[in-house]
Amino acid sequence: MKKAEAMSTILTMREITKDFSGVRALDGVTIEVERGEVHAICGENGAGKSTLMKVLSGVYPHGSFDGVIEFEGREAAYRGINDSESQGIVIIHQELALSPFLSIAENIFLGNEIQKRGVIDWDRTNLEATRLLARVGLDESPTTTVLELGVGKQQLVEIAKALSKRVKLLILDEPTAALNDEDSAHLLDLISSLKAQGITSIIISHKLKEIRRIADTVTIIRDGRAIETLSMADADTTESRIIRSMVGRELASMFPDRTPVIGEELLRVENWTVHHPIDTDRVVVDNASFTVRAGEIVGFAGLMGAGRTELAMSIFGRSYGTNISGTVFKSGKQISVRTVSDAIANGIAYATEDRKRYGLNLIGGIAVNISAASLARLSRFGIVDQLTEHGVAEQYRSSMNIKTPSVSVLTGKLSGGNQQKVVLSKWIYSGPDVLILDEPTRGIDVGAKFEIYGIINDLAAAGKAVILISSELPELLGLADRIYAISAGRITGEVDRAHATQETLMHYMTAEKD
Amino acid sequence: MNALRSIRIPKLPGNLRQYGILAALAVIVILFQVLTNGRLLLPGNINNLIQQNAYVLILAVGMVIVIIAGHIDLSVGSVVAMVGAISAVAMTQWDLPWYVAVLVALLVGAAVGAWQGFWIAFVGIPAFIVTLAGMLLFRGLTLVILTGGTINALPAEFNAIGGGWLPELFGTIGEGRGSRDILTVVLGVLAAAILLLQQLRSRRRQRKLELVTEAAPAFWVKNLAAAAVIVALTWQVSAYRGTPIILVIVAGLILLFTFVLNRTVFGRQVYAIGGNLFAAQMSGVKTQWITFNIFVIMGTLAGLAGIVTTARAGGAVASAGGSFELDAIAAVFIGGAAVTGGVGTVPGAVIGALIMGVLNMGLSILSVDAAWQQAIKGLVLLLAVAFDVLSKRRGGNR
Repeated sequence: MKKAEAMSTILTMREITKDFSGVRALDGVTIEVERGEVHAICGENGAGKSTLMKVLSGVYPHGSFDGVIEFEGREAAYRGINDSESQGIVIIHQELALSPFLSIAENIFLGNEIQKRGVIDWDRTNLEATRLLARVGLDESPTTTVLELGVGKQQLVEIAKALSKRVKLLILDEPTAALNDEDSAHLLDLISSLKAQGITSIIISHKLKEIRRIADTVTIIRDGRAIETLSMADADTTESRIIRSMVGRELASMFPDRTPVIGEELLRVENWTVHHPIDTDRVVVDNASFTVRAGEIVGFAGLMGAGRTELAMSIFGRSYGTNISGTVFKSGKQISVRTVSDAIANGIAYATEDRKRYGLNLIGGIAVNISAASLARLSRFGIVDQLTEHGVAEQYRSSMNIKTPSVSVLTGKLSGGNQQKVVLSKWIYSGPDVLILDEPTRGIDVGAKFEIYGIINDLAAAGKAVILISSELPELLGLADRIYAISAGRITGEVDRAHATQETLMHYMTAEKD
Repeated sequence: MNALRSIRIPKLPGNLRQYGILAALAVIVILFQVLTNGRLLLPGNINNLIQQNAYVLILAVGMVIVIIAGHIDLSVGSVVAMVGAISAVAMTQWDLPWYVAVLVALLVGAAVGAWQGFWIAFVGIPAFIVTLAGMLLFRGLTLVILTGGTINALPAEFNAIGGGWLPELFGTIGEGRGSRDILTVVLGVLAAAILLLQQLRSRRRQRKLELVTEAAPAFWVKNLAAAAVIVALTWQVSAYRGTPIILVIVAGLILLFTFVLNRTVFGRQVYAIGGNLFAAQMSGVKTQWITFNIFVIMGTLAGLAGIVTTARAGGAVASAGGSFELDAIAAVFIGGAAVTGGVGTVPGAVIGALIMGVLNMGLSILSVDAAWQQAIKGLVLLLAVAFDVLSKRRGGNR
């Protein structure tokens, strides 16, 4: 009897379909999770893993998607995260949601305080917290403020918080992405020990070694569809089998033809090492060296948290990280990139992956944004030449096909694709030799994507060195002449266009230090 | 408020809010003109309005730059007092000529700005904290300098900066009571003509750039009305004692800083910092230096306001400049600046300051109790910003 229950299904999600303003994020996903197992969900960035978990936890409320969720045999209709938590489903996100200035105990019981008529019973709170901390193997006083803990320990506090809510199904979204090896190992052990206590876990990860180590079952999601569910006990379930399933789509023929004309080396970076800005012991970029030549498009492939953006931003005027070491050469001469203006003056441009945060003044007009990195050139005696500025904006509006009634329209009102074109215009107008494009097609529609591919090819044809950071492997394979793969801050592979396949890249991208 | 809402209906892209606030000023002026049986716009009262509120106008011009960049300056009232005290000491105890004392005062203001700018821009302490500390620090130093007393008997040339008039260069129309200063009238007509020419020029430029220009009737109605208001006001003032010296200074500052914010690289970068600090940094803007310079400008203008206040009062007192910072901040927000930074204009701040000034003047003429005056001003500030927030929300829903 007991055994039968142990093998029963705790969760069924059937035919889940979710659209975001016309874009289908999930397309009829069906997934079954057995009671007491560790179920891995695996897929590329943007495949729909996180969306699926948000559907499950009620972040996207019942009714905003199609399909049925059954939890413990009952149909669920969660209208928010409180509903799912009250049923014992707790999700721990990549960005931890702890309040930094409160103590561990306060965080564990936040919103769930042990109280009597509004007065908190601190003795019981701390006692309970101590017990929970022992369960997750965290050796800290419950009165320590969360601020003093590293990311790994914060993650354990999150799990302790989940346990305090009598969790039955624990969902971890990329739990080890920000952790070092030791913390990762501890966390994986903890998940195994929770399993022994009868807690079911869903772990979203693309680290295959991790999945191999703790998961019983893995479901692979690709392009919003559940491709297959494999049992890890099965001898056929190898890493290459999973990789093939993750990437196995056809290359769309949306990449314009181009015959590369590759010239002299323009940028060379040697032994570049960057540490995390807060957790200064953590190495985010580990001794990376690479080169880019004129007219060449060089891709950087890597999974989330691999350190691609950090590498690019640290080179661009030390906009990220601390204890940065290494050297940068431009056309063979060593250059300083200590500040953003140094980098710009040396002909380097960086178009950010996060347009809204780092790329645009959303309450400023298109023209003002395009000129923002080139005001020195556009002014005399400190006075901006607005006539030229306007002309430049008009020129980019037509050459980049920015769809807008006027160049004074605020960039915050533009669509993602048009915003991206403004960011690209801004950096192209700054007259760089080396352009670092970080996820230039993220979150934009297919038409605009195609236009941006054309722009990237034009830049290379004009003799610029282009560094293309992308999470979409087909994009890298379709555009880049050479591709570097990054995993955990290290450049783990370099592949020519001729030899690059999604499988080889994915092998390098998931390569881990042994 | 219904009056304001109806004004929003015509299609006035971008500057919508500016027109709304201008209309509010007009409504308030007309309201008090009626309530005071026409006394609000008597020559002497207009003159006083200008001289009494010069300090808010000067401070608001600096404060709007600070606020656009996403900061705040709570210390300006104390800086006004301290600079006033130093200028008075310079003239009465060090026997410096008045113009040197003015220079010293401006330099002290700039130094105060550099001090605060250093902590804010380079050390990274929030402006709220640094200038709150400055508010206490400089008020304390004022008391030290004045040793609790007051300094009077300042040179007449100095006092004229705050309370004097330009000489009647071209004589007067008429004699004795009711005579008009010709210079004032000439300056008024000149200002109106320059306004029209400048507007025509910028309209022509916009045409050339194929920017959306307003329809010709709207353009002419708006600008001819503005020109007429300028001429009418100066005509009224000319019947008092001539052109207040401070009016010339304030007008110059308004023009200068409107230009700085609209046309210079520095102005551009101020808006860029306030609009998105990170994006500005990632575009190579030296954000720390810009912030530092903003506070130097604010300090210098606070120094000027200190001179003006001391000159008008004819002496330095330790309590001078009390709550001036709040007047300036209120003016800037009434004038449409955003608490989150990135939005605001000098003309907006000026109109905001005038609204507060007219309220002060009108309520005083009506002999409304000072306590009630303050309460009413508080409500006006709240309503103005609420109007802004609500109109934005409605815009967002469309």
